[in-house]
Amino acid sequence: MNKMSGAQAVVEVLQKEGVDVVFGIPGGANMPIYDVFHDYQHLEITPREFKGIRHVLARHEQSAAHMADGYARASGKVGVCLATSGPGATNLLTGLATAYMDSSPIVAITAQIPSYLVGSDGFQEADIVGMSTSVTKYAFQPLRVKDLPYMLKSAFYLAKTRRPQPVLVDIPKDVLQAEADLEVPDRVDFPNYRPLPDPDSTTVKTIARTVLAAERPIILAGGGVRMADAYRELQAFAELLVAPVVTSFMGKGVFPENHPLSLGCMGMHGSERTNRLLPECDVLLVIGSRLSDRTTGKIEKFCPNTKVIHIDVDKAEIGKNYKLAVLSLVADAKKALEMLIREVEMGMLGRQREAWTKKIHDVMAVAKSELDTSSHLSGVETVKMLRRLLPPKAIVTTEVGQHQMWCEQHFQVIKPRTFFSSGGLGTMGFGFPAALGAKMAKPEVPVVDIAGDGSFQMTENSLATSVEEGIPVTVIVLNNKMLGMVAQWQRFFYKGRYSSVYLGRNPDFVKLAEAYGAAGVRVSTFPELESAVTKALDSPVTTVIDVPISPEENVLPMLPPGAGIKEMIVG
Amino acid sequence: MLFRIANLLRRKSFNIESIAVGPTETPGLSRMTFTMLSEYERFNQVLKNIDGLIDVRKVEPLEKRDAAVRELALVKLSPGEPATRPEIMHYIETFRGNIVDVSPSTLTVELSGDPEKIDAFVKLARSFGLSEVARTGAVALSREMSSGESSSQTLTR
Repeated sequence: MNKMSGAQAVVEVLQKEGVDVVFGIPGGANMPIYDVFHDYQHLEITPREFKGIRHVLARHEQSAAHMADGYARASGKVGVCLATSGPGATNLLTGLATAYMDSSPIVAITAQIPSYLVGSDGFQEADIVGMSTSVTKYAFQPLRVKDLPYMLKSAFYLAKTRRPQPVLVDIPKDVLQAEADLEVPDRVDFPNYRPLPDPDSTTVKTIARTVLAAERPIILAGGGVRMADAYRELQAFAELLVAPVVTSFMGKGVFPENHPLSLGCMGMHGSERTNRLLPECDVLLVIGSRLSDRTTGKIEKFCPNTKVIHIDVDKAEIGKNYKLAVLSLVADAKKALEMLIREVEMGMLGRQREAWTKKIHDVMAVAKSELDTSSHLSGVETVKMLRRLLPPKAIVTTEVGQHQMWCEQHFQVIKPRTFFSSGGLGTMGFGFPAALGAKMAKPEVPVVDIAGDGSFQMTENSLATSVEEGIPVTVIVLNNKMLGMVAQWQRFFYKGRYSSVYLGRNPDFVKLAEAYGAAGVRVSTFPELESAVTKALDSPVTTVIDVPISPEENVLPMLPPGAGIKEMIVG
Repeated sequence: MLFRIANLLRRKSFNIESIAVGPTETPGLSRMTFTMLSEYERFNQVLKNIDGLIDVRKVEPLEKRDAAVRELALVKLSPGEPATRPEIMHYIETFRGNIVDVSPSTLTVELSGDPEKIDAFVKLARSFGLSEVARTGAVALSREMSSGESSSQTLTR
């Protein structure tokens, strides 16, 4: 026990939780925390050399939340963002919602006006606990300084256990300033929230028997496999079973996409060959995917002749969207796969699935799309070229829109935790700050944000953070001067009646980058693109590469809303 | 925590007919009883969400046939003619209600029983002149001896 202020206790908890960076903006209510951070300011401000807790100053709290999210996705640790009361807190909401929808562990620390003013509509008061209810796993509001250490530590515990999700801690300013004998507990306990028990072995055996008996099995892996860091287990299991692996969008990267058993992604913009192969499957083992509408198409038409087995860490997801699973298991993906491997090992000895394996191979071979740099710069070919220019360990983030879907279809992800995108909420502006957060987690790895011009303008002010804090990434702006995805929908489904999708001249992104002290370059050919990217990857400063592309370019194939997987628009 | 549960039901578009909250046999543990009208499948699914909430210890779906369900109501009547008073008193007796307040122009009755009984009394009261009704919403405990609308209970810390 030591006598300390609430603010000091906050920093003490952060240190004990192994937090090395927080992303935030100071304000009236959270100033006491920043006073404690003052002691860290003399440290070197590069990502490589810092001790203790580094604070990265964002220019908008939404970006701070996305940075924490990117950090969490890249490192597997809890990301931390910090905001003041009122507008600071409300600005976090989009970032929290993004993390919530994609099950990313972040702890958001907001300050609140003094506890005796709460409810009086005081200056910069916002009921963030109420407002964040739908986008957090839980929210704490310590009203006594003695409760603060336990609650903040609990926030970390809840954020990272079972299904990772954001947790908010809203601390009134007087609580931050109050002093008392405070101690950070070693452990916290929630009797109604315990770690999941081991997977039920009877169910695992039944699942194993079913997949062994299958003639044409496919594994559908989702973001849950990433959260569980179960890549090795997934790969071992798929190879053992000789079952091809398809991923949901959030699962992209959990299975190397250059592996002979990889079918890439499925869903609304999934690859055509995957979407056609899936209905042939007799047993679909779904692991770590919530089977969202984007992944399955119209749920009533999803795999009608297939036995679906659903494994997920959150029991509320089983039966929520897809209700016809023949078998289900609530379990951590890693543990489930470990057990399945043991059960299946003996059964697969000497077993071949020649017909199915051959069919997969034939389908995959035919559909291979080569890089075509013969004509103008296009979104699709740029994305393909990027895979060649980036090492497998490079991290790629995306914004939301056509470019995001071109990445889903054409950017092969080989290593786990190298591809981050806002899949659930679909937040434009996520990619750039997330790239900065990811770079803080993995400073030795090149980080690239693939953006559309619409999305980039939502959080481009993070260029200031990137330059001032010395966090270099590369941004590739696929610039069609449009809100491309909306325009595509208007083309296909609204008879080409474009409405408010033309962004006009757009700022000159090169000058914009330079205005912030970053580097900017515009390219007009593939060789120029190659040279610009190669140079940017080595640059100590962020580079924005403006890649003009045609506004007529579409994302294909496309599954229209309300359609089943087989009813795709192919172009 | 009541807010978090109610919010969950709201955003999943469930219609809550009533909520009753109170302490239980265990200190620090409260029981919340929700009465909702829903299809069984959707209802069953949302129970899993509620059970996943940090503060919820247990969720128990209850249906009328395997639970004892009771509600309390205070019904303020404003009967017109004094001549109708004996008739009203007779009904109150039949329903086993108690008069808790009386004035020259009003009569307040306390009534408890299953929700259908209270519905019936309120309907009857309308014909005499109904001023106000305050209902607690149903509480229920599972029946130990066993033989649309279902209640669900949640226990929270």
